[in-house]
Formats: sequence, C-alpha cells, structure tokens
Amino acid sequence: MEQRINHMEYLPDMEQIKSDIMDRVISETENYDYSKYTKSDVKTALSHQTKTLDDFKALLSPAAMPFLEEIAQQARIETKKHFGNSVYMFTPLYISNYCENYCIYCGFNCKNKIHRAKLNKEEIEKEMQAIAKTGLQEILILTGESRKMSDVEYIGEACKIARKYFKLVGLEIYPVNSNEYAYLHKCGADFITVFQETYNSDKYETLHLAGHKRVFPYRFNAQERAVMGGMRGVGFAALLGLSDFRKDAFATGVHAYLIQRKYPHAEIAFSCPRLRPIINNDKINPKDVHEPQLLQVICAYRLFMPFASITISTRECERFRNNVVDIAATKISAGVDVGIGGHGDNVQKGDEQFEISDTRNVKEVYDALIKKGLQPVMSEYIYV
Amino acid sequence: MNNDELIIGEHKFNSRFILGSGKYSLELIKAAVENAGAEIITLALRRAISGDVANILDYIPKGVTLLPNTSGARNAQEAVRIARLAREAGCGDFVKIEVINDSKYLLPDNYETIKATEILAKEGFVVMPYMYPDLNAARSLRDAGAACIMPLGAPIGSNRGICTKEFIKIIIDEIDLPVIVDAGIGKPSQACEAMEMGASAVMANTAIATAGDIPKMAAAFKNAIEAGRTAYLAGMGRVLESGSSASSPLTGFLHN
Repeated sequence: MEQRINHMEYLPDMEQIKSDIMDRVISETENYDYSKYTKSDVKTALSHQTKTLDDFKALLSPAAMPFLEEIAQQARIETKKHFGNSVYMFTPLYISNYCENYCIYCGFNCKNKIHRAKLNKEEIEKEMQAIAKTGLQEILILTGESRKMSDVEYIGEACKIARKYFKLVGLEIYPVNSNEYAYLHKCGADFITVFQETYNSDKYETLHLAGHKRVFPYRFNAQERAVMGGMRGVGFAALLGLSDFRKDAFATGVHAYLIQRKYPHAEIAFSCPRLRPIINNDKINPKDVHEPQLLQVICAYRLFMPFASITISTRECERFRNNVVDIAATKISAGVDVGIGGHGDNVQKGDEQFEISDTRNVKEVYDALIKKGLQPVMSEYIYV
Repeated sequence: MNNDELIIGEHKFNSRFILGSGKYSLELIKAAVENAGAEIITLALRRAISGDVANILDYIPKGVTLLPNTSGARNAQEAVRIARLAREAGCGDFVKIEVINDSKYLLPDNYETIKATEILAKEGFVVMPYMYPDLNAARSLRDAGAACIMPLGAPIGSNRGICTKEFIKIIIDEIDLPVIVDAGIGKPSQACEAMEMGASAVMANTAIATAGDIPKMAAAFKNAIEAGRTAYLAGMGRVLESGSSASSPLTGFLHN
C-alpha cells in the first residue's frame, strides 16, 4: 500500500495564510456535545430573535427533533423576511472529471474506473449556449480535482466564456491560492464553493487517501483565501453522512459565521449535500441523515444565519426540494447533468460524479415554483 | 386640487408612497402599484438585467417613475458604476444609492454613500441616498448634492418599525430636503407614524411583499401614509409633544 502523506501538513506551493479560524472551528466542534441539550434549551433558542452559537447547538441537537414543525415555521418566517418568495435558479456545468484524489465515496475518485473527459473551449461554449437557451442566468462551473488536467488557466478560460452567456458565474473546483482566486475573479467568477466534506480531521484522513485534497487545512482555508482574492461570496458544506452529521453541520455553520465576522462584506452560502450512490458503488447512502434530519440541519442554518443563501441539491427528490424551497432553501438547480457534456443536443463525453435524484429540466422546476406561489429569479447579481 | 406635492429634485409627485418591487411575485407588481397609488417604484438594477425569463422590467406598469437602486455595491466606486449602468439601461436619471458592506445586517455605509452621492450628483443624477440616520452624514449628503435623504427606520427587511425615531426626527428638523423613511417599516401604523413625524414620504417593500394579500396591504399602506400626512399638515403634536395647551392665555390676568 502506498505511503499516505500527513493530512495536516501543507504541501509545497500551498499558500499558508494567517488565520485562527480553523483552530476555533475545531475546538468549538470538539466541545459540542449535542446529547446534553434539552427541550428547554431548544425552547430558549426558539425564543431568541437572533440565535446565538449556543442556540445553534441546541437547534442541531436530537432534542430539537420533536420541535421540527415549530423550527420549520420559524425558519420560513426568516426566509421570507430576507428573501420574500424569491427562489434563485442555476445549473452546474461539469467541464472535466479528471481527478487526482482518492476519496472513497466519490464517483470521480482516481481509482474509480469511469469514462474520463474534459471539454475543450468550443465544447464549453456549446454547452453554455445550450444552457443559456433554457433561460438560466447563473452557472456553477465544476471540475474534478486535477490541476494537471484542468489547470487554473483552463478554468479561467471557461469563466470568460461563461461571462458571455451568464450574469453570474460560480466555481466549485479544487482549492487554490489567493492570487489564483484573484485571477479567476478577474476572469468573471465571483463565488467559490468548497465542500469540506467532514470537519472531523481524523475521519477526513480515512476518507481522502491520496491527492492534494488529503491536506485538510489547505482545503479548510479555501474560502478565506477566496475572499482575500476578491470573491464576493463563498459557500460552505459538509457532505452529510460521512461522519457525525450534527457535528459536521455545526462546524459548517461556525466556519461560515467566523468568516462573515472577519470579512463582513462576504456573502455566505450553504449547501446541504447528503451521500449518494456512485458508479461502481450503488450501496453508498446517507446513513443516519434521513429527510427529517436534513430538514433540521437546513432550518438550523437558516435560523442561525438568516441572510445566507441555501442551495438544495438534485441529490434530493422532487418532493423534498419543492417543499424545502418554501421553508428555508433559496436556491435550486435545474436541468442538472453531473457528467461531462450532454446539455442540449450535445453528446455526453464523461461519466457522472454521483446519481442525481431530481431530473427535472429548467421549465419543470420553474413551473413547480410558480405553482407553489414562489418567484423564480434567474439572477439578482451584477459583476462590478 | 392638490398642492401638497412631494418634490424630489425638479420632479413633482402626488403620492408619498415609494414602493419596492423585490421579494414578491412579478404578477402582483401591477396590482400592488395600483393599490398603493405609487408613482415611484424602486428596483435593483442587478435584478433588472436578469435576462429574458422573468425579467422584472416587463412587469412594471408604464408611467411609473423607476428608481433603480445600486444594491450589490460595496463601495462608492461600485455604486457609481451601477448607477451609470442603470442610466445606460434606460432606467432614467433617478438613482437610489445603496452601499452595503455588511452581509449580515445590510446596514448602509454612510461614508461611501456620501462619496458616491457627490460623484453622481455632479453627473446630473437625481440622487436619493439610503443612509444610517446620522445628522452629520445627512448634512454631508445634502452638501454633496443629494435630492433627498433616506434614513433607515430599522434594519432592512426586519419589519421592526422606526427604531431610529429620535434620530430621524433630528434630520427632519435640521435638513431642508425631503426626508424619506426607508427600511424597517413593518406595518401601516408605523408608516403613518413616520408621516406624522414630518417625513416627506415612506418607502416600503418587505412589509408588503410578505403580506398575505399583497395588493390589499399596499392599499392599507397608502391609506396610512395619507392619514399620517394629513395629521402632520393639520398641525398635530402640540398636545402629544409639549403637553396640553390652554385655549386662552394663562398669563392674561397680569394685564387686567
């Protein structure tokens, strides 16, 4: 078996920034004992207009489960206050599925035998044209994590093309240094999402066996480097089901909270992915994170940071997504293809990252939102 | 006959209710404007350039003055850029400056707002700056060429009413420009209160957008604003603010 590198040590070329946020998140999370929270703590949390860190802990605890209806009601009020009935629509575009990491739960992992592909500039443009035709104005560009196969310049070119067709360009790529984020910002991207997967570094080590992603602190500090590089907003997520989901959801919230305190202008977003089956492993499932627990997490994020954007993934089914956008989520993807190529009449070149659950196209999602009395918004953003 | 006009720059309006257009269904905008009797509607430029599907500009009735805002701007420079884009996009010369550098409370940055006001007023914009109610900043905005002052009543979207009442009152007393209370007003009674205080107009969005019946709530606000304005013009406040005053002189006996 190959030698595994120390997952807490930076590799050469990885920028180290001065920040105590990681240490604070880890220590807060270690000290979070959700079993000690009671009904009365949950009631206290619900009674506060602004939720404290301790309220957030109570809302994520098992003691809060019997209050889920009340929590959802309150989350809905906060969502409406900040977003009204607006729900933002977007779609992800995977431009490459080459990956150097070995993350045992992910379809793109370098040991998984799948069809690998990378779109060239013409293909990217064709895909974007097909997506833009659906009326969408926001795109999220994704790659597998391979600097070799999809370097920063290649991603930058994709951003430049995207700016021709879309108002808003987000990125979900491997973590890079702050000067590289600045470059990508110049190319037109303004939002960076990085999934930490799990905030438990010991568990992290056992799931990410090889590749740059194995280095926990470099990944952790990606959002801060992105803000330093001039990005307008940053997204946070734990892949729920990998580890203790209550602790992971808590750490995700604290991470976002501390970034916002340090950089008050940064716009904050959450994603709430659960584990899904992948090619060559249909047994992967979200374990103890059932729909009620997922809803609890989403509502806790909403109540703790009422102003944050919350995205609901196509990993979830139509029924769950239709309902959660009327409670706490504010952003929904549609017309999703997690493989490489395949939008419009284009032929798919590479395999998918995971199995999606909600396969509706843009019009179907749009109509479903209208039917619920919600207002689909294609973009509320301006690049300045 | 109505001589009680709201004058902003060189423009005259009969309505004192500025309606927001965000946070609710596009189909309801027309009914809300009509029920509000609003002649000015704000919209975020960043929302107005959202493409062909569900574009808000297609839903705003003709004849209403557009007041594009610069939301999304984090500093003066960005606000200026957005204002210029709004003008190029055909949104007219009015601009509501919003410079927000805080994603949590969305509180305006007065310093940057003053800088943007100065630049845009020189370029001929009718500048309506959204601000935190501070008298010194209001004076600077006036000197920079603002057409009115738009102090906040409470954090945007909070529906908490006029938490900053005392400070808005000071601005109303000291600044000879229309003062339009913006943000935080959650109920018609609070809009009425702002008008009774002497505000020139009220701007509201979330309170209407989150109501059960949006057009109906728009009408309720219209009535409340008119009631408050009428009360203000009727010269209320002597009893409420200074205690009761007797109808004949109390010191008359000294001259008998």
